[in-house]
Amino acid sequence: MEPVFRPASEAELCAVMTWALGESVPLELVGHGTKRGYGRPLRTERLLDMSGFSGITLYEPAELVLEAKAGTPLAEIERAVAAEGQMLAFEPADWGPLYGVMPGQATLGGVVACNLSGPRRTTAGAARDHVLGFSAVSGLGESFKAGGRVVKNVTGYDLSKLLTGSHGTLAALTTVTIKVLPAPAETRTLALLGLDDRAALGFFGAVARAGVDGSGLAHLPLAAALRISLDEVAREGTAVTAIRLEGTSTAVEERMAELHRLAAAKGTVAILDRDRSLAFWTSLRDVGPFVADHGTNALWRVSVPPASGAAVVAALAAGRSIEHFFDWGGGLVWISTPLADDGGVAAVRTAAASVGGHATLVRAPADLRAAIPVFEPEAPALAALTRRVKESFDPRSILNPGRMYPGV
Amino acid sequence: MKMPPLDEAVLARRDELGAALRAIVGAAAVIDNVEALRAYESDGLTAYRQAPMLVALPSVTAEVASILKLCGEREVKVVPRGAGTSLSGGALPLGDGLLLGLAKFNRILDIDYANACAVVQPGVTNLAITRAVEREGYYYAPDPSSQIACTIGGNVAENSGGVHCLKYGVTTNNILGLEVVLMNGEIVRLGGKNFDAAGYDLLGVMTGSEGLLGVITEVTVRLLKKPATARAVLIGFAANETAGDCVAKVIAGGIIPAGMEMMDRPAIHAAEEFCGSGYPLDVEALLIVELDGNVREVDEQIDRICAIARACGAVSIRSSANEGERLAFWAGRKSAFPAVGRISPDYYCMDGTIPRRRLPEVLRRMTEMSARHGLRLANVFHAGDGNLHPLILYDANKPGELETAEKFGAEILTLCVEVGGVLTGEHGVGVEKRDLMGTMFTESDLAHQQRVKCAFDPAGRLNPGKVFPILHRCAELGRVHVRKGQVRFPDLPRF
Ligand SMILES: Cc1cc2nc3c(=O)[nH]c(=O)nc-3n(C[C@H](O)[C@H](O)[C@H](O)COP(=O)(O)OP(=O)(O)OC[C@H]3O[C@@H](n4cnc5c(N)ncnc54)[C@H](O)[C@@H]3O)c2cc1C
Repeated sequence: MEPVFRPASEAELCAVMTWALGESVPLELVGHGTKRGYGRPLRTERLLDMSGFSGITLYEPAELVLEAKAGTPLAEIERAVAAEGQMLAFEPADWGPLYGVMPGQATLGGVVACNLSGPRRTTAGAARDHVLGFSAVSGLGESFKAGGRVVKNVTGYDLSKLLTGSHGTLAALTTVTIKVLPAPAETRTLALLGLDDRAALGFFGAVARAGVDGSGLAHLPLAAALRISLDEVAREGTAVTAIRLEGTSTAVEERMAELHRLAAAKGTVAILDRDRSLAFWTSLRDVGPFVADHGTNALWRVSVPPASGAAVVAALAAGRSIEHFFDWGGGLVWISTPLADDGGVAAVRTAAASVGGHATLVRAPADLRAAIPVFEPEAPALAALTRRVKESFDPRSILNPGRMYPGV
Repeated sequence: MKMPPLDEAVLARRDELGAALRAIVGAAAVIDNVEALRAYESDGLTAYRQAPMLVALPSVTAEVASILKLCGEREVKVVPRGAGTSLSGGALPLGDGLLLGLAKFNRILDIDYANACAVVQPGVTNLAITRAVEREGYYYAPDPSSQIACTIGGNVAENSGGVHCLKYGVTTNNILGLEVVLMNGEIVRLGGKNFDAAGYDLLGVMTGSEGLLGVITEVTVRLLKKPATARAVLIGFAANETAGDCVAKVIAGGIIPAGMEMMDRPAIHAAEEFCGSGYPLDVEALLIVELDGNVREVDEQIDRICAIARACGAVSIRSSANEGERLAFWAGRKSAFPAVGRISPDYYCMDGTIPRRRLPEVLRRMTEMSARHGLRLANVFHAGDGNLHPLILYDANKPGELETAEKFGAEILTLCVEVGGVLTGEHGVGVEKRDLMGTMFTESDLAHQQRVKCAFDPAGRLNPGKVFPILHRCAELGRVHVRKGQVRFPDLPRF
C-alpha cells in the first residue's frame, strides 16, 4: 500500500502540499476512497487522505445552509438534515457499490468533486447548483476560499462551480457549504408497464407538456428492469417507465390524478407508495441495475438532450449487445457494453456526439481506462483552456494528475 | 473611483484601429464621433461616466472573434456591453478601450420544446425569450426587474436573479450552454442542450464573470412550463422585525414560495404612488408572497402562510383574487427603483445579502447610518434569500452628497459582510464594489480568482478595472513560491 498523508488541519494540509510542490511529488486525493476506480488511472505513489477533515461545522435549517468539513460522511449529513425535515435536493448518488465498496461510505468532498447528483437533477439541479462556498488548498500550497454562506451571492467568480466536478485536480477541499431544502411531505411513483424506449420518452414529453412536473423520470427496458426487484415487472415481464411525484400530499394527489389519466391510456399502471418509491429511486440513483457487472462490462454514462435519448440507444444497439436504462427523462442514459472493442468507445462517442451530448466511461478495468479517454475529449481550443485552468491552480501537477485528461 | 491610467500610445492609434474595425464589421457598425459615443458613457450606475474610445457593433460570432484577435494584437482593452442596465458599473467604458456592443445579436435561433430549451443570441432581452415561448405555455424563469431591457448576455455575465429565483434559481441554474469567444479570438462551446456539461464547469465559471473572461455570443436557456396557477398575498406588518420573523417561519415550515419580497414604509409609499398596486399605507413592512402550482395545492399553501402571518402579528392580509390583481401586486415591487427615483433626484441602489435572521439588526443599524449621514433610505428586499436592496436617496447636484451616499453604501455592504453575508447578491461587483472585495476575501482568495482570469485572458485586456481591486500580472501569480529542498518533509502521520 502506498504511503498515506492524513492531515487533520488546514496547516497540516498546507505543509503536505508545500512539500509535494517542492519535491514535485504527485498525490492521489481521497475521501473514503469509494470512487478511486472513477477516472483515468493515476500513477501517483502517495495518497492524500482527506477523511481527517470531518464534522458538520454549521447547520442553520431556517437559513437553508449547512457547512461541513470535506471528509464528513455524506450519510452523517443526510441524517442531520433529515432530522430537521430537510434534504440535499440534488439527491447525491452513492457510487461506492459500483466500485465494489460498501454503501454509505462516500464523503461530502468526494460527492462535490465528482458533481454527483440523482434523479431529481431535472427539477432541483445538480451538486454544482447547491454548493454555496468552500475552503480549499490549491496545488500552489495556498489555502483559499470562495463563495459564502448565503444562498444568493455573485461576489467574485463562481469558483464553487469550478471546483465542483473538478475531480480533485485543482485543489483539496477542506470545507464545503451547501444549500439544503425542505424535504417533500409526500412522495409517490407511478409505474407504467410495457412501453418501449421511444414510447416511454415520448410519454415523458407528454407529461411535461401537461404541466405535471415529475421529480424523477426514468425508463428501464425489460433487461434492466429485471435487475431491480419490482414485483410488477416480475409479474408482467415488461419494461417499466417510472414517474415520481413529490410535494405536499394535496399536490401529489392532484398531480397523480392527472398523471394516472395520461398513463392509463398507454398501458398497465401501478402506484408505488412512499417506501417502495424511495427504494426504487435510491436503487436507480446508485445505478443499481448495473452494480453486478463489475469486471465484465464497461459502464457508460451518456448525457444527451432528453428527447434524443432513445435515438442514441437505437443507433448503438444495432448489431451490439448492450444493456441500458434512462434517467432524467431520457437525458441520462446508462449503458453497459461488453469490454471487447475497447468497450465500444467509438460507437458510444459517435452516438452521443451526433446529438450534441457526451459520454463518460464510469466503470471499466484500469487498462481500458488507461487506453481510451474516460471523459469526453474536448475540442482543441477548449482543451487548451482546460489545461490553462489546471496549470493556474496546480502548476506542478501534484493533484490527481491525469485523472480527467492527460496532464489534467 | 480609480480606473487604469489611459494608454496614450493606444489613443494615438485610434483612427487606425477604427479603420481596421470597419474592415471587419463595416462602416455603419463602428462609432467614433464624440456625440454618438456619449450615448454609451455609462450603464445603470449613472454616477460614473466615461465615453469609450470607439464602439463596434458586430452581428456574427466570426466578427467578434476577429475584433478580439485584433484588439489582442494591438493591445487594446475591450468592454462588452449588452443593454447597459448593470447597476455596478460592469459595462462602464474605458477611455482608451473599445466598447463591444452586442445589441445586434438579437435573434432567437432555436426553440426546442421537446428538450425544453431555447438557443438565443446574447442581445435578446430577457423578456423577449418568455414572450417567444409563452403561447406554448413555457417561460424563462429568472426575471430581473429590468427584464424588458436587459439582455440575456448581460444576465449570464452578471448571473442575474429576479423575484422568482427563490424557488427557480438564478441565471446559472437556468442555462445549459454557451458559445464564448476568448480574448485570443478562439471560440469555445460550453455545455449544450443536455443537463450536464463535460469537463470543468466553465459554463458555471463564465456565469457571473462580469465580462472579464470571454464574450458570450450564444446562450442555451432552459424553459419551464408555466405552473397551472399562481397567486400572491400581500401581508402588512407593524414592524420590520415581525415581518422578518414571518419570513423565517414560512421557510422553517417547509414552504419555499415562488417569491417572497419585502418592502419598508418609504418603498411601499413610493411604489404605491407610482403604480397604485393597492398596497396598504398604514404598515411599516409589507411582504409579497407568491405561490404557484396546482389550484388546490396553492390554496392550501396560501392558507398555511396566512395562518403563520397571523400568528406573527400581521395587521393586514390580502390575497390576489385573479391574475390581474396578482400582476398589480408585482407591478409595484418591480418598479420600486423608478418609483423611488420619483421621490428623490437620485438614488443609489445597494445589493448585499445577509443571513435572514440578522435582518432586524441590519435594518436597525442602517436606520442609524441614515440618520448619521443625513440621507434617507428606502428598502426593498428579496426576503426569501436574504438579498437586500437598500436605496439611498441623494441629490447629485448638492455638493458632497454623492460622496456621502457612496460612503453610506460602503458602510452598508461592510455591515452585510460583518454579519456573515456578502457584498453582492445579484448586481455584480463591477467598479462599484471593487475596492470592497478585501472586506470579504483575503489576498490568497483574490489571487486564486485572478488565476482563473489569467487562464482565460492572460494579458488582462477584457474589461480591466472591474471586480479586482489590484490587478496582479499573470506571470507574478503563476510563480511557484517554493524551492526544492527548502521545505522539510512534513511531520505527519504516515503508514
Ligand atoms: C431598474 C433596474 C432594475 C434591475 N433589477 C434587477 C434585478 O431584479 N435583478 C438583477 O439581478 N439585476 C437587476 N438589474 C441589473 C441589471 O439589469 C442586470 O445586471 C442585467 O443582467 C444587465 O444586463 P445588460 O444587458 O444590461 O448588461 P450590461 O449592463 O450591458 O452589462 C453588464 C455586464 O455584463 C457584461 N456583458 C454584457 N453582455 C455580455 C456578453 N455578451 N458577453 C460578455 N459579457 C457581457 C458587461 O461587460 C458588464 O460587465 C436592474 C437594473 C435596473 C436598471
